[in-house]
Amino acid sequence: MLNVDLARWQFAFTTINHFLFVPVTIGLAFLTALLQTAWHRSGRDEYLRLTRFFGTLLVINVAIGVVTGLVQEFEFGMNWSAYSRLVGNIFGAPLAIEGLGAFFLESTFLGLWLFGWDKLPRRIHLLTIWAVAAGSVLSAAFIMAANSWMQHPVGYVMVHGQPQLTDIWALLTNPVFVWGYAKVLLASLVTGAAVMLAVSAWQLRHGGDAGVFTRSTRLALVVLVPAILFAMLVGDELGVIEAQYQPMKIAAAEAQWTTCQPCSFSLFQIGGGNRDQNPTQILAIPHLLSLLATNHWNGKVVGLNPLQAQYSKAFGRGYYVPNVFIQYWSMRVMAYIGVLVLLIGLWGLWLIRRKKLATSRRFLWVAIWGSALPFLMNTAGWLLTESGRQPWIIQGIMLTKNAVSPSVSTTDVAISLGAFVLLYAVLGVVDFLLMLKYSREQLPPSRSQTEADAPVPAVQY
Amino acid sequence: MVTFWFIAITVLWMGFFILEGFDFGVGMLHDFVGADEPGRRAAINTIGPLWDGNEVWLIVAGAATFAAFPGWYATWFSGFYLALVLLLAALIVRGVAFEYRGKRDAARWRRTWDAALTVGSLLAPLLLGVALGDLLHGLPINASHEYTGSFWTLLQPYGVFTGITFVAICLLHGATFLSLKTTGDMRQRARRLAQRIAPVTGLLVLAFVSWTHAIAGKGALLNPVEFGAVLAAFAAVWLVYTRSEGWAFAATTVTIAACVLAIFVDLYPRLMVSSTSPAFSLTVHNTASGRYALTVMTVVVVIFLPFVLAYQAWSYYIFRRRVSRHEFLPRSGQDARAAVPTQQGRPVSQPRSTRSRSG
Repeated sequence: MLNVDLARWQFAFTTINHFLFVPVTIGLAFLTALLQTAWHRSGRDEYLRLTRFFGTLLVINVAIGVVTGLVQEFEFGMNWSAYSRLVGNIFGAPLAIEGLGAFFLESTFLGLWLFGWDKLPRRIHLLTIWAVAAGSVLSAAFIMAANSWMQHPVGYVMVHGQPQLTDIWALLTNPVFVWGYAKVLLASLVTGAAVMLAVSAWQLRHGGDAGVFTRSTRLALVVLVPAILFAMLVGDELGVIEAQYQPMKIAAAEAQWTTCQPCSFSLFQIGGGNRDQNPTQILAIPHLLSLLATNHWNGKVVGLNPLQAQYSKAFGRGYYVPNVFIQYWSMRVMAYIGVLVLLIGLWGLWLIRRKKLATSRRFLWVAIWGSALPFLMNTAGWLLTESGRQPWIIQGIMLTKNAVSPSVSTTDVAISLGAFVLLYAVLGVVDFLLMLKYSREQLPPSRSQTEADAPVPAVQY
Repeated sequence: MVTFWFIAITVLWMGFFILEGFDFGVGMLHDFVGADEPGRRAAINTIGPLWDGNEVWLIVAGAATFAAFPGWYATWFSGFYLALVLLLAALIVRGVAFEYRGKRDAARWRRTWDAALTVGSLLAPLLLGVALGDLLHGLPINASHEYTGSFWTLLQPYGVFTGITFVAICLLHGATFLSLKTTGDMRQRARRLAQRIAPVTGLLVLAFVSWTHAIAGKGALLNPVEFGAVLAAFAAVWLVYTRSEGWAFAATTVTIAACVLAIFVDLYPRLMVSSTSPAFSLTVHNTASGRYALTVMTVVVVIFLPFVLAYQAWSYYIFRRRVSRHEFLPRSGQDARAAVPTQQGRPVSQPRSTRSRSG
C-alpha cells in the first residue's frame, strides 16, 4: 500500500461516516422546525411533545456530525497538502465562507434552542430552530460548491501552472453544483423523514401514543414521497450534466467499453468489472441509458476505450478509467434503493387514505427496517460521484496521486487510519445505541391546562 | 491585503482562545469544582449553550488559513500530522462527552465521559500551544516548503513550554469563569482554585513572554503586546485574591489574548520559521492566495462577521445568569413544575422520564 492508497481509504472512511450523520441532521432539523411551527400555530400539545422527542434525536446526531466534520476540514491539509497548496485560493474560500456564514449560525442557535426554551419568547425561540435548519442547509451549499469545483472546475485561469480564482459566481452557478446541491438537500430530507418514519412506526408497533405518533408518521410520509421523487428526477438531470463534463464517470457506470447509440441499460450483469470487457448483461432495457445520460431517445454514449485513447492523447500516458465495478454497482444500488424507498412511501400514503396507517403491522415493520435504505443510497451515491472522478482529484487539472502530502509517511497514515477506524467504530456504536434508546423512550408527558402557558423547561446537559 | 488577512487570522485565533479557553478550563476543572453529580452538571451547564459556537472559531481559523494562505495551511497541517490526529481525537471525545454523558443513567457511563472531557480539554490547548509555539521557534522546512522532521521534532522545548503555558492560562481562565458563573460552594471552590493556579500561571506567562521575546530577537525591550501579557497576568493574580470576579475574568481574558497576539506579532511577516534556513521560511507573501480570492473573502468577512459577533454576544447575554447546583438536584425546581412522575431510589440522577426530554 502506498501513502496515496491509505490516504484515500482514510478520506473515504471518514467522509462516508460523516455523511451518515449530516443528512439526518439536515433532514431532522427541518422536520423538527416544522413540528415546532405546528405547535406554535396550533397550540396543540402533541406537537410540542413531538418537537422535544425528535429534538433529542437531532442533537445526538449533531454532536457526531460536528466533530466528524472537523476531521474533514483538517484532512485536506494533513493528507492532501499538495492539493491544498495548489488550489487553496479556490477551494479554501467556500470552506471559510461555510464556517463564517453557516457553522456559527448552526452551532450558536442550537445552543440557544436547546437551553433557551424557558428564556426566550416563544416566537423568538421558534426562530432559533429555523436558524439551525438554515445553518445546516447553508453549510451543505458551500461544501457542495467546493466539491463541484473538483468535478467540473470553473471560474479560474491558470497562472504558472496554478489555477487562480477569477469568478466566485461561476462556482456558485456551476451546473454540477446547482443540481448536486439540490440532490443532497432532497436526499437529506429523505433520510431525515425515513428516520422519523421508522421511529414513529416502532412507537406505533410497541404501544406508543398512537394519537401523537400517527401525526409524525403522516408528516414523515408527506415529506418523504415528494422528496424521493424529486431526488430521482434531479439525479437524472445531474447524470446528464456529468455525462457532459465527466464522460468516464457515466460510461463506467454502465460498464460501457465501446461507444453505443442508442444505448441500453442493463438491470444486472454477471462478470464485468475492471478487466472483463464482455460481461453477460441481464435484462437490458433498450434506449434507457441514452435517456439517462443525454435526455435523448437515441443519444450517444462514448465508451471507455475510446475515452481512454482520447485522454491519453490530451493528458499524456496513463490510465484514466475509474473503477468500473464500483461505478456499475453503486449506480444500481442507488437507483434501486431509490425506487424501493419510493414504493414504501407510496404504500404509506395509500394506507393514510385507507385510514389504516397506525394498524398495518406489516407496513410498520417495513418502515422500521426501511430506515437503513437511505443511508445505503447516500453512500452509494457518493461512491458513484467520487470514485467516478478518479484518477483525478480535480477533473483535468490534478491527479489524485500527485495531491498527497509529501511530508507524511505511509506509517503516519497507517497510524491515523487505525486511530480513526477505532474512534469512529466506538462513536458509531454509541450513537446507534443512544438513537435506539431514545427512539424507544416514552414521549414527554403532556402538559395540563394550567401549564399550557407556563414556559417549557430548558434542555440541559 | 495579505497583511489584513494575517491580522484576521490572528484575531480568529485570539477569539478562539478567549472563548474556548474557558471551555477548556471548565472541562478540566468540572470535576474539582463540581465535586458531586449535581455540581458537575452545573459546571458543565455553565458552558452548555456556548461551547459549540466557541469551537467554530477554530474551524473558521483553520478554513481562513486554508483560503488566505494555502501554502501555510499545507505545510503546517501536513507537518503536524500525528499531533493533529491526536488533537482531533481530543476534540472529538470532548465534544461528544458534553452531549452523551447525561444520556444514560449509570454512574460508570457518566464517569467515563467525565474522564474523556477532562483529558480532551487538557490535550487540546496543550497541542494547540505546541503548534503555535513551533511556528515561531522554527521547524526543519526545506526549500519547497515541506516539513522534513518527525513527530518528535515537533516537541522542542519552547513549543512544549508554550503548550504548558496555554494549559495553565486556560485553567485559570476557566476557574475565573466558573467563579463568575456559579453560586455557593462551587463559587467558593472555583475562587480558591483560581487563587492556587494564579501565581503559577503568572510566573509561566512571564517566562513564556521572555522566552518568546528572546526567540523573536527583536530588540532588548519587550514590545507593548508582550508587556501587556505580563501585566495582565499579574493583574489577574492580584484580582483573584481581591473580591472582584468580573475583573479577574477580564484580566485572564486579556492575558490569553495577549499571549496569542504576542506569538503572531513576533512572527510577522513570517508564518512558519524554517530552522533549516531563514530563506525557506514561510511568509505572508510566499504563501498567500491571489488578489481576487482575498478580495472575495474580505467582502464576505466584512458582511458576516458583524452578524456573528452580534448573535454570539446576544447568546452570551441570554445565558448570562449564574448556574446553581440546586437546579440539578433530583426533583428540584423546573422538574417539579413539569409535574413528572418520579421514580424512587435514584438519589443522584434525574428521574427517568425527565431525562427523555433533556438532551
